[in-house]
Amino acid sequence: MFRRIDPEINYNQVTVYIDGHGVAAEPGEPLAAVLLRLDCPIARKTPISAKPRAPYCMMGICFECMMVIDGVLSRACVTAVQQGMQVERQCGARDIEAWKHKK
Amino acid sequence: MDKYSTIVVGAGIVGAAVAFGLVRKTSRVLVLDGNDIDYRASRANFGLISQQGKGLGMPAYQQLTRQSVGRWSDFNRQLSALSGIDPHFEQAGGLSFCLDETEFRKRDFVAQQLCKQSGGSPDFEMLDRADLVRLLPDTPLGPDVYGACLGLREGHVNPMRLLLALQQAILRRGGELRSGDAVNTIRPVRHGFVVETARDRFGADSVLIAAGIGTTALAAQVELDIPLTPQRGQILVTERLKRVLPLPASGLRQTREGSITIGFTEEDVGQDLGTTVEAAVVMSRRATRILPMLRHANLVRQWAGLRVLTPDGYPIYAQSQRYRGAFALACHSGITLAAFHAGELASAINAGDLPNTLAPFHPRRFYVQKN
Repeated sequence: MFRRIDPEINYNQVTVYIDGHGVAAEPGEPLAAVLLRLDCPIARKTPISAKPRAPYCMMGICFECMMVIDGVLSRACVTAVQQGMQVERQCGARDIEAWKHKK
Repeated sequence: MDKYSTIVVGAGIVGAAVAFGLVRKTSRVLVLDGNDIDYRASRANFGLISQQGKGLGMPAYQQLTRQSVGRWSDFNRQLSALSGIDPHFEQAGGLSFCLDETEFRKRDFVAQQLCKQSGGSPDFEMLDRADLVRLLPDTPLGPDVYGACLGLREGHVNPMRLLLALQQAILRRGGELRSGDAVNTIRPVRHGFVVETARDRFGADSVLIAAGIGTTALAAQVELDIPLTPQRGQILVTERLKRVLPLPASGLRQTREGSITIGFTEEDVGQDLGTTVEAAVVMSRRATRILPMLRHANLVRQWAGLRVLTPDGYPIYAQSQRYRGAFALACHSGITLAAFHAGELASAINAGDLPNTLAPFHPRRFYVQKN
């Protein structure tokens, strides 16, 4: 959806894994920004109507960018990327009991 | 100057419910509402339709509550049909969880006393842990849950959708509603009243003041003394979760969309709308004792609202002695009483007089009787 405006500059790269796919990112940048550079910027599907949602406010108050980040449901826009971060898109209302058993 | 049969001051749950009842009976109703930044108690309502613990020592209030709860289903049907909005009403019972034997005994005692006071109405049932687990097989109750009191006729509704439905129904039935038009003065005149806002002036045969905390100042202008204090209530809201709580509980309920709302505070802090970490801790502690899985749930909101408290906690329904067309009302349980407000109360106001059955709710009860 979005692209870097300074692609020539070579930042130190880290790799984050979004639904299993490795994606290059700049250490410390918000995960939501990384998501918005993908062809599919969807962060989750809503619990009631299963509609796709992407990061919106980019400042931590709209909760549209909630994703499971290293096993914890968090807001992608206020989470800084780190090497090897595991990110999953959430579909539907959270089932805490099922999540506990998976752990 | 536009003239109306009735002007309702306040379009919150109370004002809107009475206005909804009035537009079905009377020709011209105008509802005047304040501003978004006013102290709007309706946004601090938890959404419970409840009877537990209400009216011990005040049989008239117990009776009023029973009556309204009994009419809620019909009220919901009429409201949904007229407004086209579903307020997410459910009435399959409501719980008060008890986290030790002491809490259980207290609730049991109150339930029995209420039953006696009403001449044996079977409204409540005490459930021990085994009963609870049978009633809620898919709810992961914490080990501290000793039992609960079940209010057999209780339920819940989405407070915001209810308010929207009421306001929409008022408009669809030809009533008028003006927001951001707070009333400053109510002046009795020869054949009724002149109501003034910052922008406008209106005439009416009768006036109903349901302006929450603002009722005191306005009611004084028609010689009604309505003592009220604000009570702060804080609410926590979680992310949307798969259904785990099928029945509403006191201070804990899961909305239709899946969010769990937690509300346990009753604070006397004046007109302070701040939220506190202390309250979040207290509320979280109790909620996670009832449902330990909530420890893993994300909180997405915490907010505070100022609710309306009368000196004894019971509603006030008053009609001005000198100006018979002026009425004022205030209550804490605006949602439980909404069916009554939209039904019998609206009829009475339309007919011009409060019935004698509401005499126990007159504010003269707060003062030493002189004669």
